[in-house]
This record gives sequence, C-alpha cells and structure tokens, in this order.
Amino acid sequence: MFFQKEIETLQRSKLEQLQLERLKKIVAYCYDNVPFYTKKFDSVGLKPSHITSFKEFRNLPPTTKDDFRDNYPYGLLAVPMQKIVRLHASSGTTGKPVVVCYTKGDLDIWSDAVARFIVSSGGRSSDIVQNAFGYGLFTGALGLHTGWEKIGAAVIPASAGNTERQIMLMRDLKVTALVATPSYGLYIGETMREIGVKPSDLSLRLGFFGAEASTKETHAQLSALLGIRTNDNYGLTEVMGPGVAGECELKCGMHIAEDHFYAEIVDGETLKPLPDGDEGEMLITTLTKEGMPVLRYRTKDITRLNRDPCACGRTHARMNRVVGRTDDMLIIRGVNVFPSQIESVLMEMDGVGNSYEIIVDRVKHADTLEVLIEITDGSLLNEYAALEALRSKIRRRLREVLQLDVKVRLVEPMSIKRYEGKAKRVRDLRKDAGK
Amino acid sequence: MVNQIAVFMENRKGRILELTKALKEAGLDLITLSIADTKDFGILRCIARDNDLAEKTLKSAGFTVTVNALIGVEVEDRPGGLSDALSLLEDGDINVEYLYSFAHAATKRAVIMFKVSDEAKAVEVLKRHNIRILDNADL
Repeated sequence: MFFQKEIETLQRSKLEQLQLERLKKIVAYCYDNVPFYTKKFDSVGLKPSHITSFKEFRNLPPTTKDDFRDNYPYGLLAVPMQKIVRLHASSGTTGKPVVVCYTKGDLDIWSDAVARFIVSSGGRSSDIVQNAFGYGLFTGALGLHTGWEKIGAAVIPASAGNTERQIMLMRDLKVTALVATPSYGLYIGETMREIGVKPSDLSLRLGFFGAEASTKETHAQLSALLGIRTNDNYGLTEVMGPGVAGECELKCGMHIAEDHFYAEIVDGETLKPLPDGDEGEMLITTLTKEGMPVLRYRTKDITRLNRDPCACGRTHARMNRVVGRTDDMLIIRGVNVFPSQIESVLMEMDGVGNSYEIIVDRVKHADTLEVLIEITDGSLLNEYAALEALRSKIRRRLREVLQLDVKVRLVEPMSIKRYEGKAKRVRDLRKDAGK
Repeated sequence: MVNQIAVFMENRKGRILELTKALKEAGLDLITLSIADTKDFGILRCIARDNDLAEKTLKSAGFTVTVNALIGVEVEDRPGGLSDALSLLEDGDINVEYLYSFAHAATKRAVIMFKVSDEAKAVEVLKRHNIRILDNADL
C-alpha cells in the first residue's frame, strides 16, 4: 500500500531530476528571502545561478543548530509572519529553544510525509491510534497526529503520562496503533505486565516509535512486550519534525521523502562528502518548505544511505537506523562510545529489565564507564554465582563491542528512572564532559 | 524440604529495613533471615511463617524474588552435632554451597539448613542414616 504511489515509486532518474529542479528553486528562494542565507552564499562567493548540479551546492557551508539560536526566534523566516499558521520549538536543554514556523503549505507537506511512512508500515484508515507522545511545542505529537488524520484513522490525543490510564484506554477503546517514544513504549509494556494486562487483552497491532534513537534490539523488546509490529521513523525539528524518513513493511532502512528532503552524508569532522554506503553525518536540505527552509542542515546524526531500489517498490533512498547523534557520543579514554551500542548489548541479555543507566566519571584522571541494569528474573537468585556469571557475561559483551572495560552494576527492579518522553540514559559526571 | 525466599538486594542504605517493613505491614513473622556482606549486591534469604504470603508481599513491593528449597535437618544441640551431619554429606561426596542454622535453647535441638550440590543424593544419604528431612511446618 502507498499513500502517494506515483511519487513514492518515481523512477530514480526522474526523482533526482525533480530534486535538482526543486533545489535550484529553494536556493534562489532562500537567497532572496532570508538575509542569513544571502550572507552565507556571499561569504563563499556563490550565487544561486552557480548551482546547476548537486556538486556545486556542496560548496555552501552547512547550517547548524547554533545558526538557529543566533537567529532566534524569527531570523530564518522566509515569509511574512501573516503566512505562518503554526509554531513549534525543540526541547533545548540549555538556553533558548529552536523555534520553527510553518505555513499552511508546510503543514500539508509535513502531514503527507508522515502519512507516507504510516501507510508504508501498515497503518490504515481503520486504525484507532493512541498518541502517547507529549503534546506541546514538541513536533512529534502533532506531526504524527496530523499524519494519521490525513489517512483517515481515528486519533486519540492521549499525550504522555498516566500510564495505567493509557493502558485502560488502549483496552477499552480497542486501540490498534500506539505512538510513543521507545522508552515510554517499554514502560507501558512493563506496566501492563505489572498490572496483569496481556497483549492478547488488547487489539494493538502496530507501534510507531520515534523522537529518540533506538536499537533494533529495543524494537524487538517492544514488539514482544506489546505484541505488535514496530515502525521506526526519523525526523528533526529544525528540518520539519517526524516524516523526514520512515520504515516500510520490509524494515530494511527508512525511506527518506526525497521529493521534499535532499540528504547528503559527510565526514563529521572535515564535512567532506562521502560516497553512498559510507557512514557519516547526514545533512538535510528542505526542497519544498516555505516558512523556514533550511539548506544543508547538520543533523549530527550518524547514518548511511542506500539508494538501491527497495523490494517494496519505493525508489526513495533508505537511511539506516541512526547509530547515534554525534552530540550523544561519549569519549571514554579516547574511545568513541555511542549509548546505542551499550543498549544493543543490554537488550540481548536475559534476566534483566529494559531500563538502564550509563554513568561516566573520572577517577584519578582516568575515565570510568559504569552501566546499571535491573535484575528481573528471580531464577538468578538460586545461587550467587548465577548473578556473578550474568554480570561477567554483560561485561564481556560490552568489552567486545566497545573495546573498553565497563563496570556493570546489577540493581533492583524499578530503581532506574522511567521516562514518559525522551529518556535520559547517560549521566556524565566529568567536569569537562570529556570533550 | 524447607522453602526459603531469596531476594535480590542492592548494597544500598535502608534496603533491608524496607524489606522488613513490607513484611511487618503484612503481619508476617520471620523465622530466619540471612545476608552475607558483598560489595554491590547480594542475595537476602529468609523464611517466614507464611512463606507464600511473604513471597507475594515482596513481589508486589517490587523486589525480585524466587523461592527455592533447602534441606533442613534437626540435630542435637551439642558439640559435634553439625560436624556429624556434615561428615555424612562429605562421605557421600556432596558439596555444601551454603548453610545456616539456629538452635532452640529450650528443646536442646538445632536446625541446620543446607544448599547442596546434589539435592537428591543428599536426601538419600541422610534418609539412609535415619535423619528426618524437615519441611516448613517443622520450623
């Protein structure tokens, strides 16, 4: 099933031609309407007319999150405020948030993009959808909300929190699809188990998890706990919100809505373009956005692109599940560590829970990495040796994956904080945060 | 056989108190409780008068809990009482993983509870020497 079959299956050569046409247009549009971009082009002696292929476009310096902050709140607007119908903002942890503005046309494109990945991973107009993303400034909740509405499904704006009530609603309203962060999905599943609600008591069949990086092991856990098929999707506030990319039913990467978004992979340090298939930081250019278009935005997300046609019939490039945001990367004794690598190991282990915490510290000038995980399986308590064996097994696997010695601490159930929104799994106690 | 409750316990201030409070609120009487000093975490083992209720209470209080069986025997409370029992197991080539015991001053009897490497064999050896294997009701 397709939401917009013609465009989703457009021949690659035609798709790339369309992208180039749109790219030229958006470049001129930004140059003419956003002084920030005028200056950026001028600083490297580029004119929109120079851009006749993707290659020339790569000479434009990327746009960063700091650019959004420096131009807070309306500096990057390309239209007069009267054309804007919606604002969102990112959950910035420090200082000013990133504010983004949408025209009517932007909202239409956005909901199309979300509707595409919903349909491509099995969502239908007959679905009853519980949206447990936190409603508010966050793009996730309204992004998924309008996408589901667009395909004609029934949306319950449950928002995050009050987990037992969420479960009651899911059961009573015969909810078939759940939208949540992966960590909240796990928490809902755990709470179901605790209060004795089985997946078979529900009508749930699909889960749409986003807004934080997650591993395939976590998706497997979610699938088992909730008795559903999961979908992974990708997006970010600065670019649009969810809908930039999403998995199809074949689950072999997330299709980027390439008619709206032009993606490049570059070396995260030198910013030099990398060939297809290489892992690097993704840059995104919006090809059709009117309100706040963005050129070569540095996502800080590390992934790779695959432009081979997908067996589902879609021609749009697929990006891999995000290994991690470069911002999330920890440097421990000089070794790069992504929290997602630790998550993968933990989720493979039997007898432990789904929540974990990573504590980084510095003792006598040496970085230390400690992982906390909850013991949930009583049968490990028949002998102390079984607990020690589990701990050694986790340490051994972490050492294989990270090439680092990790301290593993087994803790009691429910002693690690649960999250209704984006989880915060890492505590970095080093004064200079290792950078 | 004597059923004991094993509870996963982090080495954190106040955790044993929380466990005993949960049992107290349920009106449960403890017969034994033991925990060794370990660095980060350990296993607390206890036997309550109503073990099933204790298991349920601790589970709903959020502890990771299991119930396992120990071999309980009663010996005379005199020098050599424990040694005699252990030598029977030694002769049967049975390894003791841990044990704990308590003595009744009034009856001059002591109860010893073993966790052994080969349960079936241990029971067989003890029975052969006419030693009665206790169950929870005997405690």
